[in-house]
Amino acid sequence: MTRQHAAFIFNEKQLAYKFSDTHPFSPTRLRLTVDLLKSLGALSAEEIISPRKATDEEIGLFHEKNYMEAVKKGSVGQLPAGTAANYGLGTDDTPVFTDMHEASALLVGGTIQAVNEVMEERFEHAANLGGGLHHGFRGKASGFCIYNDSAIAIRHLREHYDARVLYIDTDAHHGDGVQWAFYDDPNVMTLSIHETGRYLFPGTGAITEKGAGQGYGFTFNLPLEAFTEDESFLACYEIAVKEICAFFQPDVIVSQNGADAHFLDPLTHLATTLKTFKMIPKIAHDMAHRYCNGKWIAVGGGGYDIWRVIPRAWSYVWLEMSDQTSLATGALPNEWRKRWSDKAVDPLPKYWEEVENTVPDIPRRPEINEKNAETLDKSLYYIRREMKEMQK
Amino acid sequence: MNAEDIMRRNAHPLKGDDTIESAVDLMEKERLRHIPIIENDDTLIGIISDRDVRDARYSIFSDKRLDDILQKPLTTIMKTEVFTVHPLDFVADVASMLSEKRINAAPVAVDDKLIGMITGRDLLDTLVQLMGADQPSSQIEVKVSNVSGQLADVAAVFKDHGINVTSMLIYPDKQMAYQILAFRIQTMDARKAIASLEDKGYEIAGPTMPDMGGPASS
Repeated sequence: MTRQHAAFIFNEKQLAYKFSDTHPFSPTRLRLTVDLLKSLGALSAEEIISPRKATDEEIGLFHEKNYMEAVKKGSVGQLPAGTAANYGLGTDDTPVFTDMHEASALLVGGTIQAVNEVMEERFEHAANLGGGLHHGFRGKASGFCIYNDSAIAIRHLREHYDARVLYIDTDAHHGDGVQWAFYDDPNVMTLSIHETGRYLFPGTGAITEKGAGQGYGFTFNLPLEAFTEDESFLACYEIAVKEICAFFQPDVIVSQNGADAHFLDPLTHLATTLKTFKMIPKIAHDMAHRYCNGKWIAVGGGGYDIWRVIPRAWSYVWLEMSDQTSLATGALPNEWRKRWSDKAVDPLPKYWEEVENTVPDIPRRPEINEKNAETLDKSLYYIRREMKEMQK
Repeated sequence: MNAEDIMRRNAHPLKGDDTIESAVDLMEKERLRHIPIIENDDTLIGIISDRDVRDARYSIFSDKRLDDILQKPLTTIMKTEVFTVHPLDFVADVASMLSEKRINAAPVAVDDKLIGMITGRDLLDTLVQLMGADQPSSQIEVKVSNVSGQLADVAAVFKDHGINVTSMLIYPDKQMAYQILAFRIQTMDARKAIASLEDKGYEIAGPTMPDMGGPASS
């Protein structure tokens, strides 16, 4: 059987990962994106694969059993507040909600499904935009994330396919949960590019976090200055990804596509535009073909401007993956705008190009770009030295 | 927090009749810059630094190894006037004493018996921990006038929002009459807390929005 092009892992039940009507991590983001892609004629029924729930055994590849038990109790309203707090649950960030275990397990199942589609060569690439919950820890929920689908899926990749995995995280927040999960593993390279932890959650992700033991040199962090714009963000991303691929020679790429580095995002202080979100998947895609025989799995992540940023930013991931970026020009489908304009809190965009909102002039731009360039050099110093040694 | 809480218990000591060569090897192997010298009953009798050893080792310009010098006992080069720290000394005092005396390491001793070692690096590690990014958190810095009660009022805002504080520091602002309260709070969404603080008239010293006159400052 020949490989099909790209799989889009989704079903309606994924939208049940919802803390409350007012919580910023809203499932409407996913619905808007799917609807936009369908209205555009860019997503057919044959490309959509319905995920299954991850089993306890699969979740247990990364998470502790007692934590899973706590989440299950929370699911049925039987988790006492004191116990919940020990597991990072019941907070404003990750409140307890009915059927939270089932909803979380479905997102995990989706990312595992994406991995299987790609590794069993049914599809070249696969996207599970409901995944990307990169803050989840072994025994603790954190930052809107209950189960860490990417960490679990990468464990699954290691155990079942013995693949060397490159994880690229472009969420504005540091991908701490995935980083610590593979901190001492030389077969999993993690690269997180994010706003510096000076003020922003979770505070980690310094260039000094490079891995430990056998895994030393297999963790990369690029903490960017607040108010970093497209040019500097993309330069850092592209250079880092290309050099890391050349050094690490991955078998498969897992990319986390949080879209909160946009200047309109209410939770962060980076200042990129949709241009960045068009380029991020493009470079990941290029690298997957160059190093991994196409094997690329993309997940979603953060992103809290759900009307003006997310639908277009996440569509780019799928359009890139399925070679349909040419559809993303001019006006957005009328049908989509009509369906959502009444519900939108912010005015819905009219075009793929970002014409309604422009990044204000950022004072200190030269200093910001200069500092980021220095961070990039310091971060890549180690592999540049190793590469030189290898060439000798 | 006392010296015993942050000291390293394996001080890698040597004896007075050990050779200079053994100190060279130990410093290289363990990447040490200071070695305490003890007697058989752990009594501290001296200290040598990498500089003492460097002064005694052969010159890099000479190809003659000064073997006889390297075989001399450590008692010939060690400093016997040793500044020591008591395990119950407060870490802040240790830091200011090391800074004042311009030294980088001190043995920790009780009744002249060596029990550990504290170096500048241990103090820096402690500083990192105190500044507290070892738990996932966001940072907010609030500028308050230097009068009593401000900390309690600001902290109450976090309490009202059910937000856990993982660490906090107070440090002087450039303007003498003000202090900066730096909180690390356990939430990814600090918007509500920041809005409440601003409503109550507090100045947020960070994160700040540069004056861009545009929509991003919302």
